[in-house]
Amino acid sequence: MLDTAWIWRNLPKIWDLLVQHAVLSYVPVVVGLLIALPVGIACVRWRWCYPIALAASSAFFAIPSLALFVLLLPYTGLTAATAIIPLTLYTASLLLRNIVDGIRSTDDSVRQAAAAMGYRPMRRLVSIELPIATPLILGGLRVAAVANISMVSVASVIGVASLGDLFIDGTQRFFATPIIVGIVLTAVLALITDLVLVSVQRVLTPWGQTRRSK
Amino acid sequence: MTKPAVRAHSAETPASVTFQSVTKRYPDGTIGVDGIDLVCEAGKITVFVGPSGCGKTTTLRMINRMISPSSGTILIGDRDSATFDEAQLRRGIGYVIQNAGLFPHRTVIDNIATVPVLLGVNRREARAAAMELLERVGLDASLAKKYPYQLSGGQQQRVGVARALAADPPVLLMDEPFSAIDPVVRAELQDELLRLQREIGKTVIFVTHDMDEAIRLADRIVVFQRGGTIAQSDTPERLLIEPASPFVRDFTGDSGIKWLSLMSTEQIASSSSRLVSERDSLTPSDEWRLSVDDAGVAQYWIAPGQVEHTLATPCRRTFVVGLDPMRAALDSSLMSPAGLAVATDESQRVLGLVDFAQFDAAIHRYRSTAHA
Amino acid sequence: MNVFDSVWAWFTNPENWSGYDSIPVRLVEHLGYSALAIACALLIAFPLGAILGHLHRGQALVLTIANLIRALPTLGLLTLLVILAGIGLMPPMVALVVLAIPPILVNTYEGVRFVNAGVVDAAKGVGLRGPAILFRVELPVALPIIMLGIRLAAIQVVSSATIAAYVGLGGLGRFIFDGLGRQDFAQMAGGSVIVALLAIVTEIVFILIAVLATSPGVRGRERFRFSPLSRKKVMP
Repeated sequence: MLDTAWIWRNLPKIWDLLVQHAVLSYVPVVVGLLIALPVGIACVRWRWCYPIALAASSAFFAIPSLALFVLLLPYTGLTAATAIIPLTLYTASLLLRNIVDGIRSTDDSVRQAAAAMGYRPMRRLVSIELPIATPLILGGLRVAAVANISMVSVASVIGVASLGDLFIDGTQRFFATPIIVGIVLTAVLALITDLVLVSVQRVLTPWGQTRRSK
Repeated sequence: MTKPAVRAHSAETPASVTFQSVTKRYPDGTIGVDGIDLVCEAGKITVFVGPSGCGKTTTLRMINRMISPSSGTILIGDRDSATFDEAQLRRGIGYVIQNAGLFPHRTVIDNIATVPVLLGVNRREARAAAMELLERVGLDASLAKKYPYQLSGGQQQRVGVARALAADPPVLLMDEPFSAIDPVVRAELQDELLRLQREIGKTVIFVTHDMDEAIRLADRIVVFQRGGTIAQSDTPERLLIEPASPFVRDFTGDSGIKWLSLMSTEQIASSSSRLVSERDSLTPSDEWRLSVDDAGVAQYWIAPGQVEHTLATPCRRTFVVGLDPMRAALDSSLMSPAGLAVATDESQRVLGLVDFAQFDAAIHRYRSTAHA
Repeated sequence: MNVFDSVWAWFTNPENWSGYDSIPVRLVEHLGYSALAIACALLIAFPLGAILGHLHRGQALVLTIANLIRALPTLGLLTLLVILAGIGLMPPMVALVVLAIPPILVNTYEGVRFVNAGVVDAAKGVGLRGPAILFRVELPVALPIIMLGIRLAAIQVVSSATIAAYVGLGGLGRFIFDGLGRQDFAQMAGGSVIVALLAIVTEIVFILIAVLATSPGVRGRERFRFSPLSRKKVMP
């Protein structure tokens, strides 16, 4: 069922698709984080922002990515942007919740101590509460990254190149090999990304990430 | 102790804290604190006690403006606290709370150095000063690079105190800091606080619901009552001997016994006639005797008629003359099969034995001076 | 012609509202597949998660399965199943069920597993036995988190059903793929808009169900002790 000869023949093309897929997955994660951080901090600092932001992002998040890719087509055409823009907004929506929850989950005694020491609210948020939220935020990043890697393949349907091209190829020719290759590579990419992020988390938080349940 | 270069207040002398008609009224109408007038003397430990919800914590937190008074003035030293910028005010006041509130993402040394760094002190200098403070609060230097989660509760609380002292503030606020600590460690921490106070002499304002803790630590006790007013503000002795109202009397509990914790044992007389060395051979006697080792440390009780050193009745409790209060001395006598207390000096060397007649005389002497 | 105009024209075209390939029919198909997939996923994942959570076992297993399935690309899974099992209803439905399992499984597991130990202890102390504790105490308390998982699964399924049209399934995705084949952007966009609206409505409906179904005493709790997985949604 697995035609290894085909794999060898098409290695360069497979590699290109893998790289493209990785780019389409990682860029939204990074940009999504950059968007979600200030919005999240604002939502904690000015409480009234949060319900609005949350409702908007939840509604947005429910929409299937394919629908968004299609709706963006007339504006961004068959370029990577068509995939990257919706995925960035998805990631931002997902991370917003993590960031706000993470910041709010700081122990109240720590928050009180910081205020009593003379930290003004914004500096307290950024120097104390945000670093403490890092494990939760990194957890969200892991989920977002893996989710993106899975979602990107759908973009192939509308013509944006990714590992999804292998699925389409396989379907059109009723040929299982490219599909299996695509699935395996996607899964491997997801796994490696997850492991890298776990190591990043270990490095960034040497101060004990165990959250004790109450 | 090296002092940071920048301070919000002058910390050469500790500052007093004065409340003038301070009231706290909440939006829903409840009165947290009602017209408090109070002076917390500079360089002394003032303890706020009272039942829950009577305003003691509220009053404490108005000092560093964690809660803003509805009316009235609070003076730090001779300056109205309202004239300070909030953050600046707090950087000049130390604050210790129940669960320490250490920043989990920073090392112990960085936790201690928080306020000096906030005030603009160079990080290296701040850390060096923090190391000194670490040892001053009785912790080993090896803990400096550890994270809070690696420390025990008692250790964390010590770090909390060090952190509060780091910018050499004139006032130190402590909100039930030892309540979450187990009793054995709590007693140690209370001793440490008293020792620190002897060395540094800050103005300390301490909130607790534990009357025994208050009596142990306070130079002055302020009793709060329901409605957010002060029932009595007095020295521990006066509070126990002359409670201002039935409420205060009930709150202080068995004041007579508690008073024993305040009575000094300086004047107590002991007799060394019934001490024997553990090496001596014994002649029969119709009295209880105590055997001591070469260093003079108490070992075993020897019953009347006993002629051999046996290990049957070890000496379980001794007290240090002058340092331990009368309560410890009575405890020693109750724990002894002979009904005699064992008086020692600071290095545990036995000075003599105390019988009940001497207790009677000492208590009598103490009471006559107290009631004078 | 302007994009909006063409899409609006497609929506208001009466042809698209009657007959086989019409909006109502496709909508009902889509809902039908989704409901079926969610029901099957519930049947598999809910008991498994509840029992494992109650027994405090299999955490690594649950999380590993969830992670593995989440890492699978939806399109890849769909196409592979079709190649292996042929075109038809079964392959896409199996894929939908598989994709819906992780949120329900993880959330049910964690919800039951992490019920406050004191509460479970008290239940034992009152004389309740294993299954009774699960049904009367753990599940009701875990309900918010479980409902969240079901909601996530529902969104997941509605999305995946859209894509399943690629391998021959009916439903709203048909508009997108047929439109793609015919280069009819109005149809693609129209289908996308309907799917988007359906997704939002589904989200709202499940939020309402969750609010109504949970006891007020349990509704407002903090859920920080759960892993990010149980709170996160994964979309195809």
